[in-house]
Amino acid sequence: MTHERDECMNMTDMRIKKHPILSTQQTRKLITIYFDGKAVEAYEGEPISAALMSAGIRSFRKTRKRGEPRGVFCAIGRCTDCMMIVDGRPNVRTCITEARDGMKVETQIGRGEFKSP
Amino acid sequence: MSLLQCGYVSKEELVKCPGFPSEERMAKGAVAVIECVQEIPCNPCEYACPQKAVVVGDNITNLPVLREDLCIGCGLCIACCPGLAIFVVNKAYSETEATVEFPYEYNNIPGVGETAEAVDRKGNVVCRAKVLSVRNPPSNDHTSVIKIAIPKEYADDVRGIKRRLD
Amino acid sequence: MKKLETDIAIVGAGPAGLSAAIHAAKSGARVTLIDENRLPGGQLFKQIHKFFGSKEHLAGIRGFDIGTQLLKEVEALGVDVMLGTLAFGVFGANSLGLVTDQRSYELTAKRIILAAGGQENYLAFAGSTLPGVMGAGAAQTIINISRVRPGKKAVMVGSGNVGLIVAYQLMQAGVEVAALIEAAPHIGGYGVHAAKISRAGVPIITSHTILSANGKDSLESVTITGVDCAFQPIAGTERQIECDTLCLAVGLNPMTELAWMAGCKFEYVALFGGHVPLHDENMKTSVDAFYVAGDICGVEEASTAMEEGHLAGIAAAESLGFIEKEKASRMKAEAREKLNMLRTGYFGQKRADFKKHMLESFACVCKENRT
Repeated sequence: MTHERDECMNMTDMRIKKHPILSTQQTRKLITIYFDGKAVEAYEGEPISAALMSAGIRSFRKTRKRGEPRGVFCAIGRCTDCMMIVDGRPNVRTCITEARDGMKVETQIGRGEFKSP
Repeated sequence: MSLLQCGYVSKEELVKCPGFPSEERMAKGAVAVIECVQEIPCNPCEYACPQKAVVVGDNITNLPVLREDLCIGCGLCIACCPGLAIFVVNKAYSETEATVEFPYEYNNIPGVGETAEAVDRKGNVVCRAKVLSVRNPPSNDHTSVIKIAIPKEYADDVRGIKRRLD
Repeated sequence: MKKLETDIAIVGAGPAGLSAAIHAAKSGARVTLIDENRLPGGQLFKQIHKFFGSKEHLAGIRGFDIGTQLLKEVEALGVDVMLGTLAFGVFGANSLGLVTDQRSYELTAKRIILAAGGQENYLAFAGSTLPGVMGAGAAQTIINISRVRPGKKAVMVGSGNVGLIVAYQLMQAGVEVAALIEAAPHIGGYGVHAAKISRAGVPIITSHTILSANGKDSLESVTITGVDCAFQPIAGTERQIECDTLCLAVGLNPMTELAWMAGCKFEYVALFGGHVPLHDENMKTSVDAFYVAGDICGVEEASTAMEEGHLAGIAAAESLGFIEKEKASRMKAEAREKLNMLRTGYFGQKRADFKKHMLESFACVCKENRT
């Protein structure tokens, strides 16, 4: 998939490249997902939330009443704080959903709306 | 208990614990210092010592006892302690210096011959240290064991080096 | 809904569930192991420190290596592992409703072992919903599984073993830890874990709690305050600490939904995290087909979870005739012996006392049911 490499949000130093205990992970495939239209580098199969956090993105949705930012809280799919709109589907728990090449991830404002096909 | 009030063990607690060697033994040369003051079911240290100088016994909640007459200060016990609570101190290294060997599980390990900042149990830098050796064989399972030389007067306080950030 | 059948269904593929699956499968029973996560292992794969306990029973080995060992055994024994599968309900006497990839199933099992574990508690304070405020377990998942730093500078709330260990692991991951705060006047977890982070220069501030998390779009700082012996804030002791990550390690509570649905009898045990399903010395609950193991029946440690899973797996298999009585007796006695050994000392004795109390409560409950 082609994209503007220069404008892609590269992984910042938020990725742990060297760890004193954990050995380097096997080579993972680099893909591109889109956050509110902006290209973000990700590893195929990792949680969407991890890819976003690695690019320094922490606010994933805004609450219905006061428009307050929410991000990851439990990271195991239990609290629903990390929900975003993924490929048009709302209320997707990004901490347990795997990133796939070309995925479109959007900030969810308030309640999700299921659009009829 | 001071350890549970402030997060680091006090000299009073240490002197009472059976893993702490006598001043007399420390003056003779390298010896293990087992700073294990709390009863937790745990005994890998007993298995690590080839001289059988560490004794826990059948009740694995017992505090490890150091047989200082048998300990040769080889340091094989350092990497095996899950609590990273074992050190080897050599107060007979030289006239003015002592060595402290400690477990280390962070990135950016200094190289042999380099200088490092030695820290006490509170993490305060107390003096400069020279790195004498760094061991991390596969049997240590990623726990590096670093030996540093420091001014002798700090041998009872220094238990590590300041981390170098990425 | 497609219908499935098995001898022994186990909900939760963490240390308790994996251990139960191994021992049940070794006896020849057909075992189905279910976990809502895409990766098995529960807490084990996040534990990168060396475990305590006896050398004969995996002490000195890092949690994730234990997890890998258990997983290999489970696979080698031909256990049917259903990952990314949520057990959403109990139906009838012994059926579970399962959903995976938008398809649902009804799984009927002769015995069901609930090993769903515990989940992190939440602490409510101004700003606690800001991005950057997360559970300590969440931070652990993000650094050790996803290999991403949740932030650059963290403050840890809570000095139990989870708080102490995750603070250490954050530093191993290259995250600075500005402070660890604890509302009680003393540290709750192991002294050696506290000693490790003290050596690394992390101030452990007891008798303090969080007043607020501050920031616009995400966390920028926290305000902490001193508290008195009734945990009330002391005016004038507030101070700000700059940080972009706040980890809450304020206890776990058992995930007992399925046990409630099954009609199991419960008791509230604060030490164990809240309401826990009662069980007998075979880990069997007050409902015949249901067993429990691990944090779901009392938040303890991975090592006790493995042994309770061991016990439940053998007991469930024995009750179906897969292990002959005398052999099962010996195996169960061994598992109970290991549990007793793990529940000793400064930390363990209280847990031993409460587990004994739970067994006594269970006996009373059974007596009531019979009269």
